[in-house]
Amino acid sequence: MSGAAMAKARGQTPDYIIHGRCVVPGCVEGEALVTHDTISGWGGVSPMTGTIIESRHELNGVSFAGKVLVFPGAKGSSGWSSIFHMTRLAGTAPLAMLFNVMTTKAALGAVVLRVPTLTDFDRDPLAIIRSGDLLRIDATQGHVEGWRAIR
Amino acid sequence: MAKLTGREEAMLAGEDGAAVQKAMELLIRYADALGAEDFVETNNVAGVPGSAPPWIKQYYAADGGDYRAVFSRFDLDADEVVDIPRMNAFSCHLQGGMDPMLWREQGMSEAAFDNFRSDEQQVAEHGIQLLKTCTPYLAGNVPVMGEHCAWMESSAVIFCNSVIGGRTNCEGRESTSAAMLARRIPNWGFHRDEYRKGQHSVDVAVPVDEVFEWGMLGYFVGGAVQDTIPVIEGAIAAPSLIRHKHFGAAAASSGGVEMYHMVGITPEAPSVEAAFGGARRGETFRYDAAARRRTYETLNSVGQCEDVDYVMLGCPHYSIEQIAHAARLIEGRKVHTNAELWIFTSRSVKALADANGHTETLRKAGALLMTDTCSAISQAVPKGTRVAALDSAKQVHYLPAMMGIEGWYGTTADCIDAACSGKWRGRLA
Repeated sequence: MSGAAMAKARGQTPDYIIHGRCVVPGCVEGEALVTHDTISGWGGVSPMTGTIIESRHELNGVSFAGKVLVFPGAKGSSGWSSIFHMTRLAGTAPLAMLFNVMTTKAALGAVVLRVPTLTDFDRDPLAIIRSGDLLRIDATQGHVEGWRAIR
Repeated sequence: MAKLTGREEAMLAGEDGAAVQKAMELLIRYADALGAEDFVETNNVAGVPGSAPPWIKQYYAADGGDYRAVFSRFDLDADEVVDIPRMNAFSCHLQGGMDPMLWREQGMSEAAFDNFRSDEQQVAEHGIQLLKTCTPYLAGNVPVMGEHCAWMESSAVIFCNSVIGGRTNCEGRESTSAAMLARRIPNWGFHRDEYRKGQHSVDVAVPVDEVFEWGMLGYFVGGAVQDTIPVIEGAIAAPSLIRHKHFGAAAASSGGVEMYHMVGITPEAPSVEAAFGGARRGETFRYDAAARRRTYETLNSVGQCEDVDYVMLGCPHYSIEQIAHAARLIEGRKVHTNAELWIFTSRSVKALADANGHTETLRKAGALLMTDTCSAISQAVPKGTRVAALDSAKQVHYLPAMMGIEGWYGTTADCIDAACSGKWRGRLA
């Protein structure tokens, strides 16, 4: 979504609102990057670029840097949190995270990323949010407002 | 907010020093993220504390760029640098970045080795045992049933929960480093009885006996049940430590399985009823001949060229039984001039292999027995590697993707044959 489109969208009523439980507090606004595949950290993400590298992953070759990452949950190696922690150091971290299934990997990863994060939603974000949508996340209050990308 | 005991309040107030205080602060943020109500005590922690590649040390250059800075800022995610004392819990270091002797063969630089050696010295000085393995249960840390642990390493976690009946979540670097100081971990997930019940069924309709078959079944199960708890029953034969080790590593890689029940085999599954414990039974997945073939084809989908130039064994780290087996298979043969064979294990198991002459048998055949790491962890493969052969479903899941190479999955014998002939001849029988 272009800057102009974002500015236009902001003035309008959101297309959807989703409520969830706060994992890491904070407020942020940005573009959604949605995947229906669970994400491996170690071996699945290159921290220097924030790119998903897992073979056969829906987002293979795509970077989540600066995006609101919307995904089902974490899987794979216990190096999950340290790989995401490294993306924070490398400047390639996601802007915020929304995930459905709580695991120790995803919880600890969100904590050390220090980005606004929500889980336990009243509606499934994966069924509603599309990549490119503009999202306003208020993790502290526990809600997400979304505007459809203008296509 | 997680409820704290008096002791935990005191740690948070700094009565046990600044490092324990920072550890408690991080553990509370983590418990709140999980939605945990309180903590359990643990005196069995396995992680990868403090070590860091040079770029991370460089990132904390303003804080001193040393072990203390990395432990404070990265491991404890603290905003300031504090003195790091000797750890309070029984603490173990899992796998590391290179072999302490054969690092040159692994293509590591002198500078990287110096960094490794100085980190390792710091780890030891902080009272952390240098197990240097993904298989702590083969190197001196075997939990008992019901013991609360805080372990990293998905293949060790699934082994601890499923095979032993120990209790650990799949912890991360920061939570284990904090637990080493505070001797606490959030009381969530596998620490709780209700979380350890089966969720889905897997019906095994084809015989699963050898480690190669257990690895494929594990890979199938992970893909089927993702990050839930499977209850597996059917034609599973001859359970053993190494078969569980390969099954669990595969299931944790293809899905996010952290515990499984095998009816009549694992300790919390004396019966199907006990394994589900009254919980709702989800889907039933069937592992039949077609599923077995599909799993084999998936694992071998990253293999095209049959000219193998690298064979890696030891994911998870080989046990003494597996090293003896590999040595027996290769005795009197030679690794092909176009190929390399590296086998990975822990330092303590290597000491046994040395004593038994296996290391020498492998060396005479042109193979190397290495410790501490593996090709995926160290991102070290022999120079010019294009096609690898592996007997681990976990390693074939990770290594080709990480290194941009091709990979084959087969039996240990298929892999040793490939190392000696330079050709992949593995087939599904």
